[in-house]
Amino acid sequence: MSIEVQNITKSFGNFLALNDVSLYIKSGELVALLGPSGSGKTTLLRIIAGLEEADEGSGPILFNNRNMKDSKIGDRGVGFVFQHYALFRHMTVFENVAFGLRVRPRTTRPDNGEIRRRVLELLRLVQLDTQADRYPHQLSGGQRQRVALARALAVEPQVLLLDEPFGALDAKVRVELRQWLRRLHDEIHLTSVFVTHDQDEALELADRVAVMNAGKIEQFATPNEVFHKPATEFVMNFLGSVNKFRGQVADGKVRLGEQFIMDVPENTEEAKLFVRPHELQISHTKVPNSFNLRAVITRIHSAGARVRVDLETHSGDAMTAEMTHSRLSELNLENGQDVYIVPSNIHVFGADEHAIEE
Amino acid sequence: MSIVRGNTDEPAWVRRLLILIAITFMALFLLLPLVLVFYCAFEEGLTTYWEALTDRRTLRAIGVTLLTIGIAVPLNVFFGIVAAWCLGKFNFRGKSLLISLIDLPFAVSPVIAGLLFVILFGMHSVLGEWLWSTFGIRILHSTTATVLATMFVTFPFVTRELLPIMQTQGTEEELAARVLGANGIQIFFRVTLPNIKWALLYGVVLCNARAMGEFGAVNVVSHGGKNNTLSLLIYETYQSDLVAAFAVSTLLALMAIVTLVLKTLIEMRTARKEGRSV
Repeated sequence: MSIEVQNITKSFGNFLALNDVSLYIKSGELVALLGPSGSGKTTLLRIIAGLEEADEGSGPILFNNRNMKDSKIGDRGVGFVFQHYALFRHMTVFENVAFGLRVRPRTTRPDNGEIRRRVLELLRLVQLDTQADRYPHQLSGGQRQRVALARALAVEPQVLLLDEPFGALDAKVRVELRQWLRRLHDEIHLTSVFVTHDQDEALELADRVAVMNAGKIEQFATPNEVFHKPATEFVMNFLGSVNKFRGQVADGKVRLGEQFIMDVPENTEEAKLFVRPHELQISHTKVPNSFNLRAVITRIHSAGARVRVDLETHSGDAMTAEMTHSRLSELNLENGQDVYIVPSNIHVFGADEHAIEE
Repeated sequence: MSIVRGNTDEPAWVRRLLILIAITFMALFLLLPLVLVFYCAFEEGLTTYWEALTDRRTLRAIGVTLLTIGIAVPLNVFFGIVAAWCLGKFNFRGKSLLISLIDLPFAVSPVIAGLLFVILFGMHSVLGEWLWSTFGIRILHSTTATVLATMFVTFPFVTRELLPIMQTQGTEEELAARVLGANGIQIFFRVTLPNIKWALLYGVVLCNARAMGEFGAVNVVSHGGKNNTLSLLIYETYQSDLVAAFAVSTLLALMAIVTLVLKTLIEMRTARKEGRSV
């Protein structure tokens, strides 16, 4: 089932949580709402679910082109997984999952045998069939999360909404659970939206990522695209660390030092050049036909899968380069060494903070 | 270097002395009166005791007391849950004022509470006169007054027990139930009520104990005689027939013991649920 929201605005008192947001999610897609806290991502999710109401004058919320704005929460066919799971603490795992079926009106309620069959099937799906008789407080965080998921799926929702689904888990469980969720989604193909502030999580798990900032969607694209072709300065910054250079703009051309970077519209006044650490090369000698900048190595962080090298240019700007361990030993780098840094891929942003395309 | 053994390093004789003082105090001020009540009640033999209990006035007082708690406690449970629900799960203007107001019956002396009802429903009040002239209803000095005064005095117990637990539990479970399609009644009976049931029971037990023993407010609004509750009857007979007064007192004392046992059981149960040792 596709989800479409149009021109949604929501304010809490003086705080504008969502500012005229529109979004179209294709049927069967797994979408991440990614952004810092206060960016409006959870508010948007709760409005889709019906847990919050959009302000007067906002557009419709369409599920498969049907406006859900005035339907009750329970009638929207939404499965919602709360950030802190919100499991019913006095019920067993089994009863938690069965709840959505048991509260149905008599005419549509499955009989006890059918409820039992479906609950156990779901518990098998989330690998908790052996824990059916336990209470939430007897489970680990990851298990609770999966109970919450099974409970949401039990009502056979048309869309699945997850609020910071891995937020309360420790790092290792987090990674396992998100791979598991991706596999689960590939199996059941339910249109799903999840909220996260963790860019790795969004990039790894989602088919498309909506990067949000200050109540607006900055970019909505595939993980590949938001990472390699960030639409705005904010997206570029949020998805990883960056090195900033001052470009010179003249006659519709952007230059960095002597090197020509790209053509830009004539009226462009300012160009900000951003380079990701892994796209910043270090060299002992000048690289011909490239922009070379002298810098001193201040620190080498080699405890990790990749090596991070901190540098300082002669004008005092801090820079970071990233490379493999084998590259590090090839270059034979040391603290205090004077080297050249050479950007290999430059993202250019204009004064309005939007990317300038070639 | 000191070795930690327990929470104190007082010498053994100090600890024993403190325990002895505490036990002596409890025996003198709590246990002894209780024993005395039973002793005096049975002083003139079982027959006298039984006669005092089955006296027409006693039976009537038992009836009035049961009627009073039968009406006051359920109503207070209802209003208490409603008040705790509003205050615990929603934010609105004047909330803290309302929370203070709920404690009012605790702060006001029961006698003054009784006087409030006299002023409100007395024959010289506008309301009291109107009720009498229009419907021929007299609130003051009737069982209705007794019930109202008891309700007023015992109102805070249920809310006071429920409010903190409802506040800490928040509304997430209710929201989750709503998303899963439950209606308001289902949410209340399947999610909210089970989560508060032990606190509620605790509140009911305390409310009931207080309602049974209420004297001050009821004494002001009641006219005595056929509207006597057990407490009032004890006070009345105490001036003429000490043994009968003590005999009736044993009933309230027994109920107090039952209350204490129930209270302890509920506390043990709650503590175990929260994984603490008792």
